[in-house]
Amino acid sequence: MKPRVTVHLWAGLRALTDGAETVEVEAATIGQMLYALAKAYPALEDYLEDNVSVSVDGRIMATDLTHPLTETSEIYLMQRLRGG
Amino acid sequence: MALDDDLKKDGFTFVGTRPKRPDGLDKVTGRAKFGADMVAPGMLHGAILRSPHAHARIKGIDTSKAEALEGVKAVVTRADFPDTVQHKPGMAGEMWNVLENVMAGEKALYDGHAVAAVAATSALIAKDALKLIEVDYEVLPHVTDVDKAMAEGAPVIREGSADRSVPEGLHPNVVRYHESGHGDVEAGFAKADLVMEDTYKTEATHQGYIEPHACLGMLGADGKGELWCTTQGHFYFQKVCAAVLGLETSQLRVTASEIGGGFGGKTTVFMEPVSLALSRKANRPVKMVMSRSEVFRATGPTASASMDIKIGMTKDGTITAAKGTYRLQGGAFPGAPADFTAMCGFAPYCLENVLQIGYDVMANRPKQAAYRAPGAPMGAFAVESVIDEMCNKLGLDPVEVRLKNAARDGTKSSYGPTWDAIGQVACLEAVKAHPHYSTPLKEGQGRGIASGFWFNHGGETSVSLALSEDGTAQISVGTPDIGGSRASMALMAAEVLGIPYENIRVTIADTATLGYNDVSHGSRVTYASGLATIKAARDAVEKLKGRAAAEWGIDPDAVTWEDGYAKPSGPNAGEFEPMHITKITGKMGRTGGPISGHFEATPEGAGVSFGTHIVDAEVDPETGKTSIIRYTVVQDAGKAIHPTYVEGQFQGGAAQGIGWALNEEYIYGEDGRLQNSIFLDYRIPVASDLPMIDTVIVEVPNPGHPYGVRGVGETGIVPPLAAVANAVSNAAGVRLKELPMSPPRILKALKDQKG
Repeated sequence: MKPRVTVHLWAGLRALTDGAETVEVEAATIGQMLYALAKAYPALEDYLEDNVSVSVDGRIMATDLTHPLTETSEIYLMQRLRGG
Repeated sequence: MALDDDLKKDGFTFVGTRPKRPDGLDKVTGRAKFGADMVAPGMLHGAILRSPHAHARIKGIDTSKAEALEGVKAVVTRADFPDTVQHKPGMAGEMWNVLENVMAGEKALYDGHAVAAVAATSALIAKDALKLIEVDYEVLPHVTDVDKAMAEGAPVIREGSADRSVPEGLHPNVVRYHESGHGDVEAGFAKADLVMEDTYKTEATHQGYIEPHACLGMLGADGKGELWCTTQGHFYFQKVCAAVLGLETSQLRVTASEIGGGFGGKTTVFMEPVSLALSRKANRPVKMVMSRSEVFRATGPTASASMDIKIGMTKDGTITAAKGTYRLQGGAFPGAPADFTAMCGFAPYCLENVLQIGYDVMANRPKQAAYRAPGAPMGAFAVESVIDEMCNKLGLDPVEVRLKNAARDGTKSSYGPTWDAIGQVACLEAVKAHPHYSTPLKEGQGRGIASGFWFNHGGETSVSLALSEDGTAQISVGTPDIGGSRASMALMAAEVLGIPYENIRVTIADTATLGYNDVSHGSRVTYASGLATIKAARDAVEKLKGRAAAEWGIDPDAVTWEDGYAKPSGPNAGEFEPMHITKITGKMGRTGGPISGHFEATPEGAGVSFGTHIVDAEVDPETGKTSIIRYTVVQDAGKAIHPTYVEGQFQGGAAQGIGWALNEEYIYGEDGRLQNSIFLDYRIPVASDLPMIDTVIVEVPNPGHPYGVRGVGETGIVPPLAAVANAVSNAAGVRLKELPMSPPRILKALKDQKG
């Protein structure tokens, strides 16, 4: 049984999730969470493929799809980080 | 990847020392090979024809006269590139933008946009040939100012560029929208004793690296190629060049030259595909070197910004609410970092009510590129200026107010996530304790304080470490050394292996040698390549221990590694003399083969970074000239691997920030052409403009790195725009709200104040 996690979206994405600020999906890893989000909200798929970083418990995971999630994980989708 | 559970905080032998830089001799003797230093047999010289118009439809290009010129071997236009571009991971939609920027298609989108290119037997012939290319332009209306670009009636740069995040009703030049925050800002403002709201503006500035873009491309008709170039990320350049030229990625080998500065500006592909396209057509290697004017007109710069800030504060200095609206212009393509400006602006503070909105706006200017903490300095300028003004109005100490509101461990950040171990409070305490902060000012001087924040980054990283028979080590990394990373990698490997720093050579390996490495950006190299180097060295140590265990006939787990020696882990392991690394590597060919260590991963524990700067400035009321009298940088490095380089990063960020604050700006004429495309007209600070910049390294270890490292390369440019503006405003007695604070602008502000 995968944990049920709560994902916080930034405002730009809310247009694609019927205005929802947070979305709950069942996922044990970041990869599963992104897959579940895309399945629940197909309009998100293009964004999720290349344009997001994920913050888990305050740490920004730019690309790691294998990072584990639990029901108490604090999860934020963020626009993908680019630096100088 | 999980965080390290073995964070080492003290007891270092090599880490934290200041040995000589490994590239020093090469660089002071001219032996180092930069982008323009490579030659090849049969090499041609390339040159690019650039649009003189800010916005124009390209109705036709006649290259026949140029092709007929003796010595010209190839001419390319957009027709020589594929109609479509390949998709590459992490590059959704961006490849088309890169191709369109590398060589214009139907329209020239800014003054300096490439429209055609020539390869000839000499650079002079190539330049002469450009004059023979006839381009039929239909000049279109243009816009270069961010506020005008999003106003009703502004010329549309490219219809349909906006993504679905943009609310309905905005101009088509607004292509991305960001909104984040928490709480109720209106309720927060209602609780405040003082609410201030103001608009701040910054101009675009260039990264100003000394070395112009340069490359040497070789591409055969068989689709196999080689590229030598100055870049912050040769693996990325390989991916992008392959995509826009229709090649298989692995068939293009890219080697990074020594790099004469990048600061983010060399994370972007500008002309390398042109060199390869010319080479493919001419069947000869083609070298291209940009002039400084081309660098200004067609590469970099930062976004320009227009920002509205509203903050509410109680009499005791508690911020009750904060709202920021940030409009950033990033040239003729999507990508202005308005989202980062929005997220970073209020990040130094723990706020109950905060809202930030960002608009990414297109205009007829060159495609913006990253510049140290892209987007963050502009937001900090606006936010920290308003906080300073409020401290002045309420008679409060600017450091105490920042401490009172500081983000701490466990703070919910302004953009959402809850932080763990962060250094904002430690930095502010260090500022408060620094003698600079308590030194009295002289008449006519002003002091400015400002804080800044940057995320920092991890990214794909691959490192290989090979031991030689004499017990020395060679490390291959895939991240170009833009800030001393070869020294810091060697120090970290020395710490693990227990061999001298001087016995380790670090090389930036080409794209055929290692797995994919993300660009040297996001202050990631000492963090991510450093972590990978430590893990690769540990991998090698495990193998060294295994060889010793085999010789002793004991279990490898019963062997420890200390100071370059394998040792039995205790009396039960057996009594053996410690075995030095040279004893193991000297016969490794006969005990199982060469010993190497590897590590490939995407480290995701980059710790966020904070800094606060103190500036004393003096303003001449007659001329409007500002003198920076004293400057101190305080920043959290997590752990300084080579403190001299860390101090250099701090000083460099401050120096570039002073230039951005006081003098640097892109000046466009009414015709949309850049007016100041050489260093005589675009004034960066020189040594005589700057005081000695003092530094304080704060070390709040990052739990995401084995030695606690946080990136330090970018945060140093976040506070100075605001810190200098606060110092200048306090010295002049008038609030400066627009950068740069050039003498004419200061004189005007003084005159306006007098009425």
